[in-house]
Amino acid sequence: MFLAFLAWHPTAQAVLKIKITQGVAGALPIAIAPFDPPGSQPTVDIAAIVAADLESSGGFVPMPRADMPSQPHGFSEINFADWRRVGMDNLVIGTLRPGIETDYQVEFWLVDVYKGAQLLAYKVPAKAAQLRLVAHQISDAIYEKLTGVKGAFATRIAYVTVQSRSGQSKIYGLQVADIDGENVQTLLTSPQPLMSPAWSPDGRRLAYVSFEGRSSTIYVQDLASGHRDKVAAETGINSAPAWSPDGRRLALTLSRDGDPEIYVLTLASRQLRRITNDPAIDTEPSWSPDGTRLAFTSDRGGGPQIYEVSVSGGHPRRLTHKGNYNARPRYSSDGKLLAIVHGDGGSYRIGTYDMETERLAILTNTRLDESPSFAPNDSMIIYTTVGPQGTELAATSIDGRVKQRLALLRGEVREPAWGPFRY
Amino acid sequence: MQTMNMRMLILALSALAVAGCQTVDELSKEGGAATVEDQGLSPAEMEAMDAQAGGANKGYPSADGSDGGRGGDGARVIYFEYDSDEIRPEFRSAIEAHAAYITSHPDTVVTLEGHADERGSREYNLALGERRALAVRKQITLLGGSASQVRTVSYGEEHPDSPGHDESAYSLNRRVVISY
Repeated sequence: MFLAFLAWHPTAQAVLKIKITQGVAGALPIAIAPFDPPGSQPTVDIAAIVAADLESSGGFVPMPRADMPSQPHGFSEINFADWRRVGMDNLVIGTLRPGIETDYQVEFWLVDVYKGAQLLAYKVPAKAAQLRLVAHQISDAIYEKLTGVKGAFATRIAYVTVQSRSGQSKIYGLQVADIDGENVQTLLTSPQPLMSPAWSPDGRRLAYVSFEGRSSTIYVQDLASGHRDKVAAETGINSAPAWSPDGRRLALTLSRDGDPEIYVLTLASRQLRRITNDPAIDTEPSWSPDGTRLAFTSDRGGGPQIYEVSVSGGHPRRLTHKGNYNARPRYSSDGKLLAIVHGDGGSYRIGTYDMETERLAILTNTRLDESPSFAPNDSMIIYTTVGPQGTELAATSIDGRVKQRLALLRGEVREPAWGPFRY
Repeated sequence: MQTMNMRMLILALSALAVAGCQTVDELSKEGGAATVEDQGLSPAEMEAMDAQAGGANKGYPSADGSDGGRGGDGARVIYFEYDSDEIRPEFRSAIEAHAAYITSHPDTVVTLEGHADERGSREYNLALGERRALAVRKQITLLGGSASQVRTVSYGEEHPDSPGHDESAYSLNRRVVISY
């Protein structure tokens, strides 16, 4: 097993480069001292990963290592006077040592310097290949302790890559990576377009659209085994799969009856139930977290707008009115917001629609944004935008104050889908 | 000073470890991900090759000059306005020529590939591309062509003809490609 990890690692380099393009005033200063005892060869720089995670949230400003008065590795080694003198209230320290039953044992403390008290103290046994994941879990624990919001740093994103080969032909890839772009796993490559990756609620499967058979077809693929099932290959469009919260059904778009309509497919029985019935375009369903409603895009009113309909059918209710283009809704996990694509005056931006106040908030200021996807803790929205190299990924906090770019080192990347919590 | 007991994150980690190992085993066994091999050229690629070879002259209807300035492939590409599937008047005669050809060649099957420009959301654009292909099919069948001879497929915004991000590119990308 250890050999398998070693053999696998060289292919798992980060291909996404994350850059914070817009920070926020009032972020919390925090010092994360290097974990490794002096003289050791660090395999994974846990403290650097934790610092990058916390900084990427926009809520924290990690202290540069050169500014740290000391680098303690245990609670008893902390000289509180030194840290108080540099005005640092929040300190993270830790160790990474060889384990007894596992490769490593990681210990860390989150310390309130002012009170001289431990806020968190954990001991984590880990295999060598799990150290990055452990670092993200440490970030989650610190984030939750200091903000009261569950951290989403140990989650993954799925996305589609496009590489141009010689001439005009392209190679499409369906990829899964940690949210910092590391540990890339390629699920599928194809010379024909791949679209619309969607995570099952348990994070074990992805639904997506592939054009490998010369027309759109929906597949469901198991991440661990690579096994996949063709779940919709009707005449016309097969697109926009969205999982029910219980993971048993997919909402999807089929045009087999002449025009795009929303259907619900029960995966076990393969039973299809039609939800919408209108000659206009009905597509891009998203399942409400309580499982009772579907939000979708329809141009039945003349242009694309967001509607909502009961999963049992009935008459859809129009939600959006402001602007001539509102499309591709995604519910936040608390069901209070929809992330949407809002077009107005030639620009297409990511916005949120508040289900209660009916207020539309525009979060981005670029021209060609699409495919918004909420983090499972609803703190950020990841989406596609257009940069100098073509499509790339970006993320915004839901108040629009923090922005990140996630550029692929080579080629285009698009259609991010933020995966569920892993624990 | 308050001291907290060391707690263990063991449960969460071991649950993840199982899934992680399966993934790696599978990757090392299979040497990576599933790969879909190309079985040949897509209609769009064949159309592009035809255009490069100097035109569509395999007995298919020839251009009537309304080729949107692209030359070569002539009226085998029908262009559309933004968010519209309405057939512009300058493409009617081209569609008539295709309809006549299909009617006189009952064994021929034509593929109408619908496309959209990149603006707005991808899945909506997939629907828009289909709507354009269906609009051309409707015209062909109204002119006597058999629906069974006309296949439609939408690629949405996935196969732009021009890579640009402005209206001159978009006007070339909002199209239906007619291929035999």
